[in-house]
Amino acid sequence: MSTRLVLRRLGLGILTLWLVSLVIFAATLALPGDAAQAILGREATPERVAALRDQLNLDEPVVSQYVKWLGGIVTGDLGQSAATQAPVGELLSSRVGNSLFLVLISALFAIPLSILVGVWTAMRRDRPVDHVVSTTSLILASLPEFVIGIALILLFATGVVQLFPAVSLLGPDQRAWDDPNVVVLPAATLVLAVVPYVSRIMRGSMVEVLESEYVTMAGLKGLSRRTVIWRHAVPNAIVPAIQVIALQLAYLAGGVVVVEFVFSYPGIGAALVEAVGNRDMPVVQAVVMLAAGIYVGLNLLADVATILVTPKLRTAGR
Amino acid sequence: MSDQTVDRAVDVALSAPLPPPDAAGSRGRFSLLADAARLTRTRIGLAIVGVVVLVALGGPLVAPHSPTEFVAIPNSAPSGEALFGADALGRDVWSRFLHGGSSVLWLAVASTVLGMVVGVAVGLIAAYSRNWLDDLLMRTNDVLLAFPQIIFVLLAVSALGPQLWLIVLTVGLTHAPRVARIMRGAALEVVERDFIKSAEVVGEKRWRIVFGELLPNVTSPLMVETGLRMTYSIALVAGISFLGFGLQPPTADWGLMINENRLSITVQAWAVMLPVIAIGLFTVGTNLVTDGISRALIGLDRKASS
Repeated sequence: MSTRLVLRRLGLGILTLWLVSLVIFAATLALPGDAAQAILGREATPERVAALRDQLNLDEPVVSQYVKWLGGIVTGDLGQSAATQAPVGELLSSRVGNSLFLVLISALFAIPLSILVGVWTAMRRDRPVDHVVSTTSLILASLPEFVIGIALILLFATGVVQLFPAVSLLGPDQRAWDDPNVVVLPAATLVLAVVPYVSRIMRGSMVEVLESEYVTMAGLKGLSRRTVIWRHAVPNAIVPAIQVIALQLAYLAGGVVVVEFVFSYPGIGAALVEAVGNRDMPVVQAVVMLAAGIYVGLNLLADVATILVTPKLRTAGR
Repeated sequence: MSDQTVDRAVDVALSAPLPPPDAAGSRGRFSLLADAARLTRTRIGLAIVGVVVLVALGGPLVAPHSPTEFVAIPNSAPSGEALFGADALGRDVWSRFLHGGSSVLWLAVASTVLGMVVGVAVGLIAAYSRNWLDDLLMRTNDVLLAFPQIIFVLLAVSALGPQLWLIVLTVGLTHAPRVARIMRGAALEVVERDFIKSAEVVGEKRWRIVFGELLPNVTSPLMVETGLRMTYSIALVAGISFLGFGLQPPTADWGLMINENRLSITVQAWAVMLPVIAIGLFTVGTNLVTDGISRALIGLDRKASS
């Protein structure tokens, strides 16, 4: 049964995450000299250094440092920020919400849009529209996110048209959804970065499905064009796109870093950039672990979804 | 599914629709490039890349000012003294732009080369060995693939500080598992062919089989992958500089210029626009060339199968 396949993938996912945690932990070992001193800088008082040494369990053997750190991550105790001394969990909780909101909004627009563009261009294959869309996609797909983001700022937030704020100014107690205007440009950037990839895959698989016999058959049976497309062709064409959609969402776990920084959007990506600048290792480690978790989790979901919608795999071993 | 080249997803997801390696070896390699060069998009791409590289390498020679010299009032508009105005500190935007391209170019080329060398070696060795070594290499790959590239680079920077070698190393190393996956997929078919078996029978050394027999037969996916990695390298390297973890002030660097001037974008847009346009053109150019090569490849396959 497919259960075994799914469990195997789940096991591999957990194994991967464990190995990822080793790599992240190793980053503190790579700090030159005394880790606590390296994080706090030369001006730090000996008391602060001692306190951080204690928090990171630096006086203990490496293995027990790692076990305690991993135990903290698993139980949700992420330690204290080395820069602000606030608990990392508290520091990140509002930002995680903001980032999720951003990604969710982006996905909500990007996924239907890519499917529509893919279907639409597949139906007009090799016509001028198809070529225009494919060239535009190629260009958009080449551009780094920060280039797209800054282009949007130049177009919509400065000069003639000042429709949206260039930077996301939010009060400390405000969340992104209190002022949806701040999310427009960051989300638009992510949508523009994702749609070219997904729509391309969607187009490719739609072209194949449109050439298949059952679509011709459905047409010959006298079904309306709309029914043939939306009831018969699209659902089958979406299957190969699922994996790509999930991977694109996973990709957003990295993409938000730069986009949030461009717009000073108060999410975990911007928090990561700030923490890297401050060498705030507890925060860096927590965010990187989170990003890797999302990445691995979405990959896993993509695999499971593929197993479930592929008859050959679904019944494998039956 | 036609042009899968530009898919950031393809390198992770779909190893299936890879074009088969050309059997003709070196002859196929050159005819592929010749075919690619006949496509308009390849030519446009090459022209764009040529211009950007020219600006990056030749820029410092024609820059009117030193990149660190204060020439005008901060954020002042274009004038006779400063063609595109002055940046947030009063330095000549045009001169800083002309000086700021070479770092992006070299860092991107270096990390692409590193990623390709390591990735190709790992992918081919994994494909050829097909035993515990294959498993080990591919599991290691999975771990590295669990990090979005930029996050891995940032993790390393947080530990060791913003060092250029570290950026080349981490961007290259995060390319490697993605390259390895593609190359392994391409090589798996070649490994089954008779000439590999006969080389084994003759008693050729294993490393000679991998790099002397296997490698020349996977040059097509290798070229496409190189172009793809170059595009991503430019984006990553410039992005890291933009975040402030690449070249450090007062150096002139396109990514860093955007970072330094982004807050004054409403008063002095040129200081941001010039580097943004240059980076954008660079990535579009390399990707157009890559797309041209992969299209030529699909054309070759059509010819071969008909």
